Amino acid sequence: MNAARLEVRSLAASRGPVTLFRDVSFALVPGEVAAVRGPNGSGKTTLLRCAAGLTRPDAGEVAREGDVLFAGHLPGIKDDLTALENLAFALRMRGLVPGEAGILSALERAGLAARRHVPARRLSAGQRRRIGLARLALDPAALWILDEPLAALDADGEAMLGALLESHAGRGGIALVATHHPLPVARVAVRDIALRP
Amino acid sequence: MSGFGWAFARDLTLALRHPGGTMLTLAFFVLVASLFPLGVGADPQLLARIGPGVIWVCALLAAFLSLGSLFADDFADGTLEQMMLSPDPVFAWVSGKIAAHWMVSGLPLTLLSPLLGLQYGLSSEALGALAAALLLGTPVLSLLGSACAALSLGARGGGTLLALLALPLFVPVLIFGAGAADAAANGLGAGPHLSLLGAMLLAAAVAVPFAGAAAIRIALD
Repeated sequence: MNAARLEVRSLAASRGPVTLFRDVSFALVPGEVAAVRGPNGSGKTTLLRCAAGLTRPDAGEVAREGDVLFAGHLPGIKDDLTALENLAFALRMRGLVPGEAGILSALERAGLAARRHVPARRLSAGQRRRIGLARLALDPAALWILDEPLAALDADGEAMLGALLESHAGRGGIALVATHHPLPVARVAVRDIALRP
Repeated sequence: MSGFGWAFARDLTLALRHPGGTMLTLAFFVLVASLFPLGVGADPQLLARIGPGVIWVCALLAAFLSLGSLFADDFADGTLEQMMLSPDPVFAWVSGKIAAHWMVSGLPLTLLSPLLGLQYGLSSEALGALAAALLLGTPVLSLLGSACAALSLGARGGGTLLALLALPLFVPVLIFGAGAADAAANGLGAGPHLSLLGAMLLAAAVAVPFAGAAAIRIALD
């Protein structure tokens, strides 16, 4: 993995006439996990989209080094494709060559091996979230930007996300996570980035 | 051009998984083109005269039917933002999606058109010119329509807006497309019309994916 870096300098963003945040600055170095916290409507999602490069901020700049994996609050999963196909296309989109064996073992880890040929529309909300977890396990991107990854996950899924975040940080990756809950990581210190309305 | 490849393969897989959309497009085309003779009467000369124009308008509207979901479905479920974050250039995967749209709308319409032409008693020259014009013209419809579909993303009443944006842009394609078969039927040769359609196709194929990419970027911002 190349050296990852995510630096945000005096970022400001608004939605329509409402200023969401102003003068937000932070720099994340390899191995760092940061939790973006703030009440509903404080701009967590917008900050994450700016960091990923999807939304242009009103002011300030974002410097990124390393590939980005963005998991927004829309799942990015096609209902008509199976978990296996969803993952294969998600990896191809990221310029990776999906190996069936790798995808199968990731699905196994996410507890979806038995449901791998079921169209995603027949999976529960938590199981669809687990497709996202399998994607985290498969993608070598250095920058993870995750919006509410704990939503709809059970205790087992939370533990898996925690393990994924820990091994990601262990490899020198960076994770920027918007969440209302404590992140289930024990071995990595989580840095808090607070947004105030 | 790996971006073209995965987008094309993905959209084709999705379309084949639910062939209902393509079937609806084709059924609409056949039904509407078959209603006209019932409405205007069975005078063979009249039918042969209006045939190319009617078939073109029906093909144009049928191709338009499926444009609404070209980007809107991916926009709604978040896959469009995932595509935007792909390291592949945006115009590449936009082109792939447009090509897949043509494969399941314009191409089958083109293949069906000679059958409908027979219903209208078109001569064999006119049938050939009609099919050739559709083969060149329907990709232009998919291309121009896709840019409009990208522009109407996220707008309320996107479907109506899409019609207002796209249908006027389709006018030149319709004029030269229907003109090709008319000219062939009158023994003038369809060459000039087909050349113009080919020129439109080349220009649209080069320019539209970039316009679509810009529009999608704005919609996701």
